[in-house]
Amino acid sequence: MNRRNFIKALTATAAALAPFNIVRAQNNRLKIGVLLPKSGLQGLIGQSCQKGADLAPAVIRDWLGVDIELMNADTETNIDTARTRAERLIQNGVHCLVGPFDSGAAGAIAQVAEQHGIPFVINIAAAPQITEQGYKFVFRNFPIASELVKNGLTLIEDLFRATKISPRTAVFMHVNDTFGQANAKAIATLVPQLKLTFRLVETISYDPAAKDLTVEVTKAKTTKADFLLLVCRLNDAIMLRREIVKQRWNTMGIVSPGSPGMYESQFFKALGKFSDGCISNVPWFDPKSTLTKAVEAAFKKQNPNDHLRYHALNVGYTFEAILIAADAFKRARSTDAQPLTDAIRRTEITNRMMIGGPIKFNAKGQVDGNLSACIQNQEQKPMVVLPPKVAEATPIFPWADYKKA
Amino acid sequence: MSFDFPTLLNVFISGLMTGLVYGLMALGLSVIFGVARVVNFAHGEMMALAMYTTALLFSAFRINPFIAVVPIAACFFSFGYALQRLVLRSFVARPQHMQFLLLLALAVVITSTLLIVFGPDARAVNLDWLLEPVVIGELLLDQAKLYAAVVACAVSAALFAFFHFSYTGTAIRACADNWLGAKIVGLDVDRLYAIAFGIGASCVGVAGCMMILLVDVTPGSGPAYTLLAFVIVIVGGLGSMSGALVGGVLIGVSEALGGFFMAPSAKSMISFALMIMVLMFRPRGLIAEKL
Repeated sequence: MNRRNFIKALTATAAALAPFNIVRAQNNRLKIGVLLPKSGLQGLIGQSCQKGADLAPAVIRDWLGVDIELMNADTETNIDTARTRAERLIQNGVHCLVGPFDSGAAGAIAQVAEQHGIPFVINIAAAPQITEQGYKFVFRNFPIASELVKNGLTLIEDLFRATKISPRTAVFMHVNDTFGQANAKAIATLVPQLKLTFRLVETISYDPAAKDLTVEVTKAKTTKADFLLLVCRLNDAIMLRREIVKQRWNTMGIVSPGSPGMYESQFFKALGKFSDGCISNVPWFDPKSTLTKAVEAAFKKQNPNDHLRYHALNVGYTFEAILIAADAFKRARSTDAQPLTDAIRRTEITNRMMIGGPIKFNAKGQVDGNLSACIQNQEQKPMVVLPPKVAEATPIFPWADYKKA
Repeated sequence: MSFDFPTLLNVFISGLMTGLVYGLMALGLSVIFGVARVVNFAHGEMMALAMYTTALLFSAFRINPFIAVVPIAACFFSFGYALQRLVLRSFVARPQHMQFLLLLALAVVITSTLLIVFGPDARAVNLDWLLEPVVIGELLLDQAKLYAAVVACAVSAALFAFFHFSYTGTAIRACADNWLGAKIVGLDVDRLYAIAFGIGASCVGVAGCMMILLVDVTPGSGPAYTLLAFVIVIVGGLGSMSGALVGGVLIGVSEALGGFFMAPSAKSMISFALMIMVLMFRPRGLIAEKL
């Protein structure tokens, strides 16, 4: 065989085999691009979410019998970086995007996903506008701000009933970012609607990157409100709690209607005994679910010195987002964007990890019916205290620091 | 919003103490620029490095940050001295954009090293007793800020004494004033520049030791400190030691009062507005004196 014939034969063979290779690649393994803020201001929470992603391939292989491959990217807590990393992941051949624990970044990635026609499953982001744009490839398994806040405020009333305490006033503090503003808007709408037993005496917004929260806490303290209603992130939550101690603010407690920060492991590490008493009404995992048990076992195996309860929301929703993609891949039997997207749209997962109804997307690509639990830090651990059906401990309100006048 | 005089006084004093800490942080930048005319764009990253070092000494050996100040200042002096002698010296006469790129590269190297060594987790020095305020009548003073403010004043006084009453200090000022003249009279300008850079770096080291008592540090903390230090020295007067302190205090107090009477989330807007006003009406800064 001369050189020319050899090249012809090689080309013909390659051309003949290429489609089969593509089909094999498409059918055997789903490539998922996981975008999380693993450095920067939200780095700790991004790392926490990553633990949920890391354990997903093995658990999903056992659970669904499908292979997934994760391609991880760091959004660096920066919206522009999130956009460019999403572009790069798509260029590198991912079939689906998952992430990014931030409403601002989720909005940016959603635009990229729509432009490229790649399905994007949001793990954690509450700003309602993301699923209000008529996007065809964007899905979210996380409550929107109004739903999150409504669940959170309802649980606050349940908390007061359970502890037989009736605070009359609250000062509302929130971070001034996309998530914080969405929550503030929802609270301003819902507080009058829900006819709560307490009223807001003042709203104080603050910079999420603030290096000092002295003035903010002084301002809140001067309102003499009974308790602090807080929508925070992690670093500011730590600073704020320290400042409350330093300024000897005699408040009944801190209650979050649905934000991260106060149940994260770093919060306990940084504050020790001062972490106790803080309450977060957030979506949480169902400890009795079989899937939770499988995830918990995998988590323990990967993180022998850590515990799932310190990462519950982050691991739970990140894992579920990957599960949604994997489940759709199993049903679609294809990695092509359109069949995969259609399969995601038809998702119905009843045996899930997080508290709430089945994972089922509405016409906007939003899962309705995700519920929250009341989590109180007790003995430096986040404990479910409400609803009673899943409670692990009894709620304590006001907290131990409070001195009755 | 209702408030009483003690509350207002608390806010003012808190702003004052925060301002002194800011001043301490910006002092290093001002000293280095005042002598070597090099704008240290790696200032914030060096500060983050000092904060990590303090946190490491505390977690590994339980060394109190107030004691760690001494070895860290010494190490940072050596680091600054070596940096000037080995790297920056050849860049002093080159165009400013080259200095900028060099120091920016140094900043990236420091951040990446911190990320590799410590990971992305925040580090802190948690001393429970620091959470107890000092109570004077109705005033509640944050202990960490109070001590940091005292250290800021002490360091400034020591620097003032060094630059005005010691032979080396006077020689450094002579170099800053007239580089060519200093060379002609036989001063070892390169060595004096290196000493000035070392002093600036040790100021950053001290500031880092104090700052870790107030806020947690992550590898990405640097740029925010660089920016803040720039705002302070521009307001106070680039190259002026007293200007750094005055600029820090002015920004600390205006942020505190502005945050209290207006929206707290607008605090940084206030400091930048102040900087714009200074640039418009007094571009050399409020205290436009030389070192």
